[in-house]
Amino acid sequence: MADPVLIGEGMTGGYGGADILHNCTIAVEKGQIAVIVGPNGAGKSTAMKAVFGMLKLREGSVRLAGRDISHLSPQARVAEGMGFVPQTSNIFPSMTVEENLEMGAFIRRHNIRATMEQVYELFPILREKRNQAAGELSGGQRQQVAVGRALMTEPTVLMLDEPTAGVSPIVMDELFDRIIEIARTGISILLVEQNARQALAIADKGYVLVQGENRYTDTGAALLADPQVRKSFLGG
Amino acid sequence: MEPLNALVSVTNFMLIPALAYGSQLALGALGITLIYSILRFAHFAHGDTMALGTAGVIGGTFYLQAQGVSIAPLPTALLAIPFGMVVMIGYLLAADRLVYSYYRRVKAKPLIFVMASLGVMFVTNGITRLLMGVGETRFEDGERFLFTVREFRDFTGLAEGMALRSAQALTIITALVVMVILFWFLNRTRAGKSMRAYSDNEDLALLSGINPERVVLITWVITGMLLVLAGTLYGLDKGFRPFNYFQLLLPMFAAAILGGLGSPLGAIVGAYVVAFAELGVTYAWRRVFTYLMPEGLEPTSMMQILPVDYKFAVTFAILVIVLLFRPTGIFKGKVI
Repeated sequence: MADPVLIGEGMTGGYGGADILHNCTIAVEKGQIAVIVGPNGAGKSTAMKAVFGMLKLREGSVRLAGRDISHLSPQARVAEGMGFVPQTSNIFPSMTVEENLEMGAFIRRHNIRATMEQVYELFPILREKRNQAAGELSGGQRQQVAVGRALMTEPTVLMLDEPTAGVSPIVMDELFDRIIEIARTGISILLVEQNARQALAIADKGYVLVQGENRYTDTGAALLADPQVRKSFLGG
Repeated sequence: MEPLNALVSVTNFMLIPALAYGSQLALGALGITLIYSILRFAHFAHGDTMALGTAGVIGGTFYLQAQGVSIAPLPTALLAIPFGMVVMIGYLLAADRLVYSYYRRVKAKPLIFVMASLGVMFVTNGITRLLMGVGETRFEDGERFLFTVREFRDFTGLAEGMALRSAQALTIITALVVMVILFWFLNRTRAGKSMRAYSDNEDLALLSGINPERVVLITWVITGMLLVLAGTLYGLDKGFRPFNYFQLLLPMFAAAILGGLGSPLGAIVGAYVVAFAELGVTYAWRRVFTYLMPEGLEPTSMMQILPVDYKFAVTFAILVIVLLFRPTGIFKGKVI
């Protein structure tokens, strides 16, 4: 099988102190959705940050489209085609929705309009609110701005750190639908989620992490059907 | 009752001077608010760098005057402003490279930046005094008045006179133009938007590919230009003395904090509030009330709330009240 679009292989490391990740491997194929789930403190977000270069790896490597990018800074990885939506403070609150999208495309000079049009088609509400300050929007709409901003670089991989944290169930379903739509356009998605059941339902690949190690790795459907996983992580 | 004379009197002694003073403060306060939102510290060297930049303009003015260059009726200093700006921007960038960039690299706390800027303030202050001395330097030339008290009285036939000095008119017009340009820059250009983005969310700005060092550079350049304009206009209006520029630090900070730190619009509004408060509280209202009250009820006292020497106390009171009761300021800025 060909190399996945993005793979963090055998990642071991932490924020300087003790290791948080232990030989952890996360990968996502083109146009697919990979989901990282697990209990609190399992290192889900840390694993994603490691893939994005926000912490130093002692061992292991990260490859994007077969190329080793382990030595690149997060900013350089953005330029290489990785989009990242942080869990918190992921918008420019005092700037308008449209300016947020413009800033997302800061490293691109050409054809921003077309990409912006695609984002507006994906999230029609943003077109309506494009001249409003992003900080004045509701939680769900802010998340749409955050995802839209990351899409403006036209990434090959989009990474989302708990995008549904703090939004209502209805908005959550809506966001998941949009994420599936994004994946259909060929963008690979790596998702860290607290709402494991719903996330695995849309996942092509699921990673259950416990204490910074891969505990279960399978397709989303298989993990949902696995009695062990259900009992331990999905509440029965 | 003579309301028209009262109006003329209050315009002459209070409104025009406050408007000019407020415009000078606004240009300075804008720099404070920009530095606070981008570099995230309170720039204590603001008043003294303003003095140094103005010294540059004065040097240029004297050189031009010696060469016989004149743009009368406008003051020659206007021609020297670009030279002063180059000096000022060079100085600010040198201070950034020598002092602040180190603290950025080690991610120092804001308080350490403030103390560093205090050091820069003392050094700058010393340089300015070495260059200019501690006394007053006058560099205003050209036509002093747009119209004088006598001309106004002859023209209108009113008992009360009013004058408009060219420095005052120049200040108000320049400030307006500069504010419009600054807002256009911040809201419409790529560089301006990147500054706002960096101010809003530093980490996300980095992720979006905005280069922080470039944003910092643009901030110093704009601040330098604002400082030279503010300092030159203040000097034309009131004469140049290094100590006066140091003292401007308080009203400029009061303006920026009152308006809401980080909000350019707030800095402008705050500056005019501070200016009108300072002059309103220390102005002798007797003349105005003499015109306004019915005969026999004229005030016998000066009707002055505080002597002029206490005008900084007014500003200080504003600052304390804002910090106690609304630390975010009028336009919801950041809390210091």
